[in-house]
Amino acid sequence: MAILQRVKLQTLSIPLLSLLIAFIFGSLLIAMQGSNPLFAYQVLFTKAFGSIEGIATTLAKATPLILSGLAVAICLRAGLFNIGAQGQLISGALASAWAGYSFVGLPFLIHIPLALLFGAFFGSFVALVAGLLKAYRGVHEVITTIMLNSIVIALADYLASTPFKEPDQPITRTPKIEESARIPDLFGLPFGFFIAIAISVVFWWLMRRTTTGFRIETIGRNRNAGWYAGISVKRVIISSMLLGGATAGIAGAVETLSITGRFEPAFNAGLGFDGITVALLARANPLGVIPAAILIGGMRGAASTMQFRAGVAPEIVDLLLALILFFVTAPILLRLLKRKEEGISLSSGWSN
Amino acid sequence: MTNLLEVENLSKRFGSVQANHEISLTVKPGEIVALLGENGAGKSTLVKAVIGLVKPDSGVIRVKGEELPYGDTAEAIARGIGMVHQHFQLVPVMSVTENLVLGDEPTKFGFIQMQKAKRETAELSKRYGLAIDPDAIIEDLPVGMAQRVEILKALRRDVSLLILDEPTAVLTPQETDELLEVLRNLAKKGVGILFITHKLREVMALADRVVVLRNGKLAGSTTPKESSESQLAQLMVGREVVLHVEKGPGNPTGAALEVRELEVLDDRKLEAVKGLSLQVNAGEILGIAGVEGNGQRELVEAICGMRNRRKGTVRIAGKEVPNLKPHEVHAAGVSHIPEDRERHGLVASYSIADNLVLNRFDQEPFAKGWIRNLDAVASNGEELVERYDIRTPSASAPASSLSGGNKQKTVVARELSQDLPVVVASQPTRGVDVGSIEFIHKQLISARDRGAAVLLVSAELDEILSLSDRVAVLYGGKIVATFDSKFANRDEIGRLMAGSQGAHS
Amino acid sequence: MRFRLSYFVIVSSILLFAYFYSQNSIVTSSVVFTAIPFALPLALAAMVGVMCERTGIVNIGIEGTMLVSAFTAFFLGAILKNISAGLFIGIMTGVLVGLLLSVMTITWKMDQIIAGVIINIMAAGITSFLYRQNYRIPSTFLPIDIPVIGDIPVIGPIVSNHGPITYFGIIFIFGLWVALYKTPWGLRSRSVGEHPSSADTAGVSVVRLRYINVTIAGAVGGLAGSYLALEAVGIFERGFTAGKGFTALAIMIFGRWNPLGAFAAALFFGLSQAVTNQLMIDEVVQIPQQFVTMLPYVLTILILAISAGKVRPPAAEGIPYEKEKV
Repeated sequence: MAILQRVKLQTLSIPLLSLLIAFIFGSLLIAMQGSNPLFAYQVLFTKAFGSIEGIATTLAKATPLILSGLAVAICLRAGLFNIGAQGQLISGALASAWAGYSFVGLPFLIHIPLALLFGAFFGSFVALVAGLLKAYRGVHEVITTIMLNSIVIALADYLASTPFKEPDQPITRTPKIEESARIPDLFGLPFGFFIAIAISVVFWWLMRRTTTGFRIETIGRNRNAGWYAGISVKRVIISSMLLGGATAGIAGAVETLSITGRFEPAFNAGLGFDGITVALLARANPLGVIPAAILIGGMRGAASTMQFRAGVAPEIVDLLLALILFFVTAPILLRLLKRKEEGISLSSGWSN
Repeated sequence: MTNLLEVENLSKRFGSVQANHEISLTVKPGEIVALLGENGAGKSTLVKAVIGLVKPDSGVIRVKGEELPYGDTAEAIARGIGMVHQHFQLVPVMSVTENLVLGDEPTKFGFIQMQKAKRETAELSKRYGLAIDPDAIIEDLPVGMAQRVEILKALRRDVSLLILDEPTAVLTPQETDELLEVLRNLAKKGVGILFITHKLREVMALADRVVVLRNGKLAGSTTPKESSESQLAQLMVGREVVLHVEKGPGNPTGAALEVRELEVLDDRKLEAVKGLSLQVNAGEILGIAGVEGNGQRELVEAICGMRNRRKGTVRIAGKEVPNLKPHEVHAAGVSHIPEDRERHGLVASYSIADNLVLNRFDQEPFAKGWIRNLDAVASNGEELVERYDIRTPSASAPASSLSGGNKQKTVVARELSQDLPVVVASQPTRGVDVGSIEFIHKQLISARDRGAAVLLVSAELDEILSLSDRVAVLYGGKIVATFDSKFANRDEIGRLMAGSQGAHS
Repeated sequence: MRFRLSYFVIVSSILLFAYFYSQNSIVTSSVVFTAIPFALPLALAAMVGVMCERTGIVNIGIEGTMLVSAFTAFFLGAILKNISAGLFIGIMTGVLVGLLLSVMTITWKMDQIIAGVIINIMAAGITSFLYRQNYRIPSTFLPIDIPVIGDIPVIGPIVSNHGPITYFGIIFIFGLWVALYKTPWGLRSRSVGEHPSSADTAGVSVVRLRYINVTIAGAVGGLAGSYLALEAVGIFERGFTAGKGFTALAIMIFGRWNPLGAFAAALFFGLSQAVTNQLMIDEVVQIPQQFVTMLPYVLTILILAISAGKVRPPAAEGIPYEKEKV
């Protein structure tokens, strides 16, 4: 088991070093803007992790990120790069909002699962388009999922502005969901956080202990060998996209049902894209997604406080995340650590 | 006379493998030097260092007395070194002329003069008697023709030293004879020739001098006149070679694998197997001899479910099987050692144990329903590592940590441990060290002895002749003759592999 | 003779144009005229893809290249009050992004898809962090009235009166076609993209050529971004390239990695947008704005679904070159 230990150490040291280097670069940029980077970071982290309420906010922010991170990670395991978590998430958010306000008079034990199911279904529907095109036409999923993001955003905007619009309101948004669809808090934390943790654990177990997980993993590592061993490549592509899409859809649904309470196009912005960073930072490990999402959720949640107290534009978080992503995936760190590369490899090129 | 090429104490290490260790070598103008050695002896690394494709760790390379910088292909070419690579270095979608001028294009005002280049190509092919159509697209050419383009490409640059890396591996014996003639003529014109091979016959027929490598070191240097084939073979492997594999007589019973009127298309949708029929009996090894590219790959893939058959039937243990997927063929009773183990045989980043159950991970005892039984996978792994002598500290190590021979043993262990009635082995010892070759050969024979029908496809005629009970010769997608291996005659097989007597292409 | 789809498309477009022109010459001309600014950034971005992929590097970071170049071109153009300086800086930004992609994919041998996605995310992060409101450039690059050609009936009003980057871009596209198929650079580039070891053994440095091409392609991406900021729109907004870099990849594939093919595909895209806009203006059809926004994305997916499997990409695409594994 020594090998497993080493892999674990490696999966930890590289993301941590990436974080460190990204924060050093970030501090240069903050200093260039005339603020004190140490103070800014201090504000950022005390706000995010320094108090009970801060931690509660962080975990609430982390909840959709855990799920969207899983949506990307599960596809990465199959060798697919699902950039479309954003679109799948929005689709799920809108569908769950619709289910939340359209069904009236349901008991919450039925209404909440139903609304979540709506989110999962419509999230996976969007992903299915990319999955089918990849499996049957060989169209690269990166392009289709990005295009689908834009299509879903436009479509959701249309739906929220016309057929699903809240009547007698100038704002483009749906009506508020019924109280019976609202996900309650548990110990001061949104219950959705526990749903997200549970789904992470299920994915971890799925990948490790089931034949389905082994199929996905085998196709992700060597498509030809997997096909030769009797695993249907098409089925794995489609099923992992469906799983990813459903997870992203649930992310949108949980956000809608526990935080926002309705669908509005401006909500949910960037949650799916942060999922990419979460998944890569976690090196596509379903459990690693949890700390990665908490970290990023914390930064997102505290960004406005940092602007208020340290005068740093909240978009610094976008930049920090981009830098983290760069260092976590670029092999320079691996080379510095003199370890053998064990990066994620996706099938490049348009032909496969 | 000054030496054309001098290599002094050249060393190169790849990771933990010392590919070349302090090797020295000279070639004089007009001299033909054969570089002899087993697979993995370091021959290719040495010549790639000379042409600048590999950067040596230490040592000196001199061309006509002047030192050559490390790893500078353009400079090596400019000093008159040309190389014909084992894997042709030609752009498949481009024309003969485009390939010839690549890197040294005739231009006017910055534009390539294609017409002039075509004329030059025609002249060049005429001058050296190597006929070729300047406009032909490489991927449409047969192998022998493509090799001509490779040689012309080197000659076009006025080579004084021509290096050939296993040029005869893909040629028929007749094409080989033609090539040897071309090389003799070039040597007469003063070109020095460094010729890599592991075929002793060619060395005896062609070389002025022989340099033998073994395990990356210089094992000896001699001339064909002063030595014999068996002496050279001994130098190559460092011990007496058992030229014949120990095996008892076969005990064939009824047909276990029957192929009738098989027609298969290749990747380019051309007919590669043309109405082929064959039968392998339980308890015998049928070897398929043939030059690569005559339908071997398509035949094996069609039997093993990797390629659809256009026509014809395949019976396994008397039962006709339709077009199936690989694992369904496996379930029908066929073990398959695939030609490309890295591509199809293994998942490199998986553990050896996982690789050993790759085609039955979802069957008892390795899975109960949906849940994998990791203990069963691990104990199966340990058992097979032991039984098949896979050299690894642990069955949980990734397959990528294994040497080529042990990777192949992993595939062999997975396929042969299941005692299926039919075994299809495709190039089972390609790129594998001598020890592993011997082990794999023994495993194939013991599969036969327990009553399996073994279909062996190999580009190594010696392997076919020493293992098989019967030998079938494949040419142009058809079996042109079948022999009992006791009566098989090497020369006759060679002629049949080339199509027919005197079929020159 | 073999049936060529491209001939069919050319002939039928001319016939269609003639028909509509006979119905309403002014509107038809203006529709075709406005198709060009829609098409040009897509065409230039597709050239980035062609240059990279022909040498075997998949560039999915075109979007980010354009975004960050548009950003620097606009803001430095505004700060320096000089759009020519802005253009220069935009192109140089593209060069830097191209170099970064080169380092990641060629030297570090990173997965090329991940490298491109990272470029896009970094571009979005940097531009949104540094973005400031209330900046203005003095003016956009102004249209040029081409003397003689502008007076030719029918063609003149379509071809004349575009901005300087437009004309330069179109000339560049034709130049790239010539260079790719008629010069040593082109032959070598295509060889490197198809079978890099052949080029290497013939003395062509695969690494150097890939670096050069990806970097020049970066400059072209910078030009495309600068065009958007300084000639077409004259402003900069967050995320303002709106997926053009991805659509460009579809255009490149549809054009079979051929500069002229990709240009034709881009014109088709531009025309479809121009026609839709005209239909909206004329109130011929009532389409919600969101569906018009969606059009290029849907077209991109459709085109990929149609052309995938029928086209043959450069064979070595996406694979880092390992010299010692020849």
